[in-house]
Amino acid sequence: MAAIAESAYIEKKAAAVRRGGSDDLRFRSLTWLASIAVMAIFAGVIASLLIGAMPAIKAFGLSFVTNEVWNPVTEKFGALASIYGTLITSFLAMLLAVPVGIGIAIFLTEICPRPLRRPIGISIELLAGIPSIIFGIWGLFVFAPAFQQGLQPWLIDLFANVPLLQIFLAGPPYGIGIFTASIILTVMILPFISAVTRDVFETVPPTLKEAAYAMGCTTWEVMWRVVLPFARTGVVGGAMLALGRALGETMAVTFVIGNAHHIQSSLFAPGTTISATIANEFTEAVGDLYLSSLIEMGLILFVITFVVLASAQLMLGALERRAGGVSG
Amino acid sequence: MRNTRLYNERKRRNGFFLTLSVLAALFGLLWLGFILTSLFYNGFSGISGRLFAENTPPPGSDGGLANAIFGSVVMSSLAVAGGTPIGLLAGTYLAEYGRYSRLSFFVRFVNDILLSAPSIVTGLFIYEIIVVNMHGFSALAGAASLMVIVIPVVVRTTENMLLLVPNGLREAAAALGAPRNAIIKAVTWRAARAGIVTGVLLAVARISGETAPLLFTALNNQFWSTDLDKPMANLPVVIFQFAMSPYEDWHKLAWAGALLITIAVLALSVTARLLESSRRS
Repeated sequence: MAAIAESAYIEKKAAAVRRGGSDDLRFRSLTWLASIAVMAIFAGVIASLLIGAMPAIKAFGLSFVTNEVWNPVTEKFGALASIYGTLITSFLAMLLAVPVGIGIAIFLTEICPRPLRRPIGISIELLAGIPSIIFGIWGLFVFAPAFQQGLQPWLIDLFANVPLLQIFLAGPPYGIGIFTASIILTVMILPFISAVTRDVFETVPPTLKEAAYAMGCTTWEVMWRVVLPFARTGVVGGAMLALGRALGETMAVTFVIGNAHHIQSSLFAPGTTISATIANEFTEAVGDLYLSSLIEMGLILFVITFVVLASAQLMLGALERRAGGVSG
Repeated sequence: MRNTRLYNERKRRNGFFLTLSVLAALFGLLWLGFILTSLFYNGFSGISGRLFAENTPPPGSDGGLANAIFGSVVMSSLAVAGGTPIGLLAGTYLAEYGRYSRLSFFVRFVNDILLSAPSIVTGLFIYEIIVVNMHGFSALAGAASLMVIVIPVVVRTTENMLLLVPNGLREAAAALGAPRNAIIKAVTWRAARAGIVTGVLLAVARISGETAPLLFTALNNQFWSTDLDKPMANLPVVIFQFAMSPYEDWHKLAWAGALLITIAVLALSVTARLLESSRRS
């Protein structure tokens, strides 16, 4: 009697364990499927862009990236002006944002009085979370008019007789243009760079800094000779992430760039970027070739940002491994 | 003699660069202040009951942003409702079942690319697969394009938060005979809950101002619409359209909408931060 009860009990338990096992398998497959979905989205992005861009790739071939003409009426499309705009605005933004961002990080980790560190750090991080359309509308209504009336004429006069700069900083003060877009981009990526840089600076072991101070180094020498070299990979990785953002940034740029498909030597002239062109023209694009050309631009943008982001990841990944102590 | 000169030179250099970095910080804060003041200055007068009660007006007449606010809320909710489970499960796979697998390595890489990829490209993707096949712009397509942005954010935070859960907890539950799925649901998810909620909040903050992908998925709609198959108004696209227009009263509404979005995003980020600090303490 007891033996039967016991075997029934064991049977019940065994069934529960088996059921547990199959539940687990089901749940495990579900999580596996979800991560495959992430891969599928990525593959889908590439595939759909390639398919959408096919007519334009067939029609223009390589001349698409070397040709500046963008004429929807005659259906002649070249992306050079947009690619140039994307690269030059991001380059200028990085040129301004990287030194200032590192300066802010130095201020936050070394100079700032301790009670102020958190509030200032948090406000800079909040600036990083403000959506780009806010920067766009602010740039269009507040910054561009102020720039046009104040700084821009002054800059044009100032550099009118300086060789080289007279070419880049010339022309009528429109307010909007490549230069204005670069400034707005700078303000957008600045908090991002300083937040990442500060985090990386904080991973520097205090003993390294203390040792340098004990040798008699000044604060600047500690930062320049000890902290920055130690944090180099992380800072470069963070800057690359910021570059990825700047390259793909749409709304902040679209408002203030002027949307002109020309490459002009002056940085004050209106221009366009890949993302601004797509945002401005996509819904109004008539004709398959027009649409397909815009999609091919999207593909080019995706490839450029992919290369930048992938190298950023490799650098930051190397840093993580080092922090984890796996490799020296 | 030479030493004193060198010493002074070093001190001078130190002072110079430290001053520069203080100036850099002031510069950064100046912009934040500048942007927030002009937002409040221009947007505050537009905030009233009518903003939430009336639809977007044709140029030259009065109105509000009710249909755009509604559309933004609907599409963001759909995107979060659809994206959170997928992101949560995928993040769980990365942190639990497949922590060291080769697949996880690729998923992590791809996910981090998607996390910072230009949002306009995800819009093009959804346009190609949904708008083209369904023959038209729709709120559903808008929600899908936002979902593509939500998923990577949730995956990243879920994985990070689950990795913070000490292995001892998992081992204790396993020693009691709990199968893996029970351990995850009853122990690790619970331990990481605050962090995962933070991630979802950050994802909401991220999509609430997202404009580029909505331009050619949800498009815009002048009227109140609840039809998910039709174009739907949404705050970011309305702001874009109104700000680029030549009409003064549209500009005013654009500023009011911009202020609304900023307040929402700042509130979400602050809440997320509070949650995070309560988890730490």
